[in-house]
Amino acid sequence: MIYDTVVIGGGPAGLAASIKAREEGLNVLLLDEKDYLGGILPQCIHPGFGLHYFKEDLTGPEFAHRLIEKLEDMGVEKRLTATVLDITVEGDKKKVKYVSPEGLESVATKSIIYASGARERHRFELGIVGDRVAGIFTAGEAQTLMDIYGVMPGKEVVIVGSGDVGLIMARRFALEGARVKAVVELMPYPGGLARNIVQCLQDFSIPLYLSHRVLEIRGRKRVEGVKIAKVDDNLESLPGTEFDMPCDTVIISAGLIPRIKLLKKLGVEMDANTGGPMVDENLETSISGIFVAGNALLINDLVDYVVEQGEIAALSAKKYVEGSLQPSRRIRIRAEGNLRFVVPQYVSGKRDVILYGRVKKPQEGAIFKFREIGEERRYPVVKPSEMFKIKLRVERIPSNIRELTLEVK
Amino acid sequence: MYKVIIIGAGISGMSIARELSKYENLKIIVVERKSDVGWGVSKANTALIHGGYDDDPDLYPVRAKLCARGNDIWRKWVKELQIPSVWNGALVIAKNDEEMKELEILLKRGERNGVNGMRIISKEELLKMEPNLSPDSQGALWIPSVGQIAPIPAVVALAENAVDNGVKIIFDSPVEKIKVKDGKVKGVRVSNGFIEGDIIINAAGLYADEISKMAGLDYFTIHPRKGEYWLFDDTAGPKPKHVLFPAPTKKTKGVVVTTEVSGHLMIGPNAKDQDDKEDLANTKEGLEEVWNKAKLIWPKLPPRSKVIRTFAGLRPETKKADFIIKAEEVYGFINVAGIRSPGLTAAPAIAMEVKEIIERDLGIKLKKKNKWKPYRKEITHFFMLSPQQIREKIRENNAYGKIVCKCNKVSEGDILEAIERMKKIGIKVPSIDSIKFRTKATTGTCQGSFCRVKIAVILAREYNIPLWKVTLKGRGSEIGVGDVKSLLREVEA
Repeated sequence: MIYDTVVIGGGPAGLAASIKAREEGLNVLLLDEKDYLGGILPQCIHPGFGLHYFKEDLTGPEFAHRLIEKLEDMGVEKRLTATVLDITVEGDKKKVKYVSPEGLESVATKSIIYASGARERHRFELGIVGDRVAGIFTAGEAQTLMDIYGVMPGKEVVIVGSGDVGLIMARRFALEGARVKAVVELMPYPGGLARNIVQCLQDFSIPLYLSHRVLEIRGRKRVEGVKIAKVDDNLESLPGTEFDMPCDTVIISAGLIPRIKLLKKLGVEMDANTGGPMVDENLETSISGIFVAGNALLINDLVDYVVEQGEIAALSAKKYVEGSLQPSRRIRIRAEGNLRFVVPQYVSGKRDVILYGRVKKPQEGAIFKFREIGEERRYPVVKPSEMFKIKLRVERIPSNIRELTLEVK
Repeated sequence: MYKVIIIGAGISGMSIARELSKYENLKIIVVERKSDVGWGVSKANTALIHGGYDDDPDLYPVRAKLCARGNDIWRKWVKELQIPSVWNGALVIAKNDEEMKELEILLKRGERNGVNGMRIISKEELLKMEPNLSPDSQGALWIPSVGQIAPIPAVVALAENAVDNGVKIIFDSPVEKIKVKDGKVKGVRVSNGFIEGDIIINAAGLYADEISKMAGLDYFTIHPRKGEYWLFDDTAGPKPKHVLFPAPTKKTKGVVVTTEVSGHLMIGPNAKDQDDKEDLANTKEGLEEVWNKAKLIWPKLPPRSKVIRTFAGLRPETKKADFIIKAEEVYGFINVAGIRSPGLTAAPAIAMEVKEIIERDLGIKLKKKNKWKPYRKEITHFFMLSPQQIREKIRENNAYGKIVCKCNKVSEGDILEAIERMKKIGIKVPSIDSIKFRTKATTGTCQGSFCRVKIAVILAREYNIPLWKVTLKGRGSEIGVGDVKSLLREVEA
C-alpha cells in the first residue's frame, strides 16, 4: 500500500497539514515522535494563540486541542512515539522508515510533508563560557519541566535572550514565585513581540538589559551567578562594563533552528538565511513531492502562520498526487537591504503568492520595493521580532523575469 | 583474607580494583566521593592511548615504564570489556628544522621505551595521509600504536566487571580520616561510618595529596593543571584520520586535533596551572588559546556555530611530574598519585604494578580465584543495531522502540539497561550524566534540550523519587527545587 502523503511531525503545522490533506481526500499517515500530539503547544499554557486563525484568543493547549479533535473526527491515521530514522527517494516514490514501540516500519508514500519543527540554540552555540552545572536550561526545556511535569526549576532566574519564548518564560517564572532578575538581550532592541514586552516584563517589573551579553556562568554544583557585560555596536563586550549577577537558574532563549537533518541528508537545497530548505510557493523543496511547513521551514512567531503553511503544503501535496502540480521554481526571489530572508525563495509568477519575511533590524518608515517591477509599499515601522506577510499579485509579475528582488530601504 | 580499600573510583582505582579482583584472599571495597565512577580526572581528558615516546625515562622513569606497557594491555582489555576504541595512530607534526630535530629525539626515546613501529615521514607522505594539514608542515613522527578510547565508558566497564567479580563500591563517601596504628593502616572513616582495611590504595586523583597526608605521609602536593577543549558537531569537518600532535613542549604534548571515538572533531587541551581543585570552568582565554593553536596545524576548523560543547579537565600534577606508585612506610598504604598524562594509557599497567607491590613490598601471597570473569558486555546501543536486531529487541521489550535522544538515536531500552547497571554497581543518586556517559544521550547536536527532561522522567520512575530530585551530575545538582507550586507555598507559609 502506498500513502498519498506522510506527514512528519504532529505539531500545529503537521496537524493542519494532515487535516487539510484528509479533507482533500488524501490517504494520510501522521507520524510524531512524542507520545502526545500538538508539538510544543501543550506546554504553552499562556494565551495569545489563534487570534488570526480562529479569531479567538486561545491558550496553546486549547489551540492544539481544536486541531487534534478535528484530526480525530476525520479519522486521520497516526502513529505516536514514532521516530523517523530515514527517508529515501526513488523517482516519484518515497519511503519513510520509522521506529515505534510497535516495531521498525518502512512505509511507501507519494509525497511527504515535513513538519518537524525547530530546536533551541544552546549555551555552547552562544559562546557562553564558565561552568557546566545544574540550573542551565533552554527555555523550552524549562517550560516542559514546569508545565508538562510540574517541576519548579529554580528560584532566582536570569534569562538569556528576549525572544518570545524567553519573555513568556520570564512571566511564567514570576507567576510561580521565582525572582526573575534580568532578561539579557544582545541586540539594542527586544527580540520578542511588543505585546510580550508589556505583558511579560513590564507588568511584572522584570528588568530588560538591552545591548548586554551573558559572558560566563559560574557555579560548583548548581548555578551561582552569571557575569554580564555591555556590548558595543559590533556586539563585542565592552571592557570594564562587566558585572556579576547572583542567580541559581539560567534560561537560554536565544533563537530556534529548523530541524532539517533528514532533509539535509537527502541533499535538499538549503537557505542559509532561514536555516531551512528553499521552497517555492507550493512549499515544495528542491526534491519534488517533499513539502515543508512550520518552523522546519522558517522560524515563525505566530502559530497561525504555521497552520497556514501546513494547509498550503497539504493542498500542494494533493495537486502533486493528482499530477497537476505546476513546477514553480521559475523566478528566484532575493532578499536585499534590511531584509534577512523571504520565503518562498522561488515563485512561478502564475498566481498570487504570500511572501513571509523578516527584517534584519528595526526601521521606521521602511520602504519595501520589488526592484524588477518597481512596486513599493511603505510601512511606518518594521521589527525583526515581527514577521511580515506580503501578498504579491500575479498581474504585477512580468512574464519575462527570472529574478525578483525584494529590498527593504 | 586481606581487606583492601581503594580510594577513588577513577580509571586508576577501577583498573586496580578489577586486577585485584582476580585474587581470592583479597576483599575489595572502593570508596568514591562522587555519585558515579570516573567523574574526576578520568572524565575530561584527550582520551588517548599514547604510544609512550614522550616520557623521558631519565626524568620520568615510572611514566616511561608504564605507558607503552599500558598501551599493550588496553588492546586486550577493550576486547574483554567491550570498551569503544579506535587504533588509528598518531602524527607528531614538525613545522621547522628545529622541530624536525625534536622528532629524532622523540623517535629515539620511543625506541628506548619499547614503542614499536615508529618512523619519521616526509612532508609528501604526511600530506598524503592528512591532506587538510597546514601546508607548512615539514614532516612528522608516525606512531602507529596510538589509539583512542572512551574514558568514562572505560571506567564504567571496569567497575561493572570488578563488581561482577566481587568488588564493592560505595558512592557519595568522601574519606574524612585514615586510621593508622602501630605503623599499620587500620581503615578509613567516611561520612556514614568506619571501614576497616589492611591495605589502603590511594587513587584519589586531585586529592591524593590530602589522602596521603591523612596517613601521615606529607611529601608531595598535587597541583591542578587545567586543559580546555572544543567539541564539534558530528557533521562538521574536515576531520583528521589520525591523532595530530604539534611538536611537544616540556610542559605538555600540545593541542591535539583528533576525531574522537564517537566521530566528532575535537581540539584541545591547553595547559594552565591553578590552585582550585574544583574549578572546571571554561575560560574565554583558554578556549581562544586552544582554537588558535589548533588552527596552526589544522587551518580548516569548522565555523564556531558548529561547536556543540566546550569542556575542561584537570590534570593532577606533582612537582616532579612523574607518577608516584609505591608502598609507603606506613604498612599497607600504597600511593598511586600524580597520575597525570599518560595516566589513562598507563592505567592497566599501574594496576599490575600495584599487584606486584602488594606481593613484593607487603609480602602478601596472592591466591588466584578459580572462577574469575574476564568478560563484560556493553549495553545495547540502538544506533549500532541492524534492522533485524532492532525488530528482535522491540519484540523483547518495546522500550527499544521509543527513541529518547533524537540526535544520537538512544532508545528508552538503552537507558533502562544503563539504569539497571547503575543500580548494580551501587549508584544511589540518579543523575542525567550517568545516563549520558553510558548511552551518549544528550551529547548530540541539541545538547540535550529535547531529551534531558525525558531521561529525568525515566530516572525518577526507576529510582522511585520525585522528578525534581533527579540530579544533573550527582548530589547537589538537582534539576529542580520542588514542585511547580513549591515557591508559592513558601511565600504563604
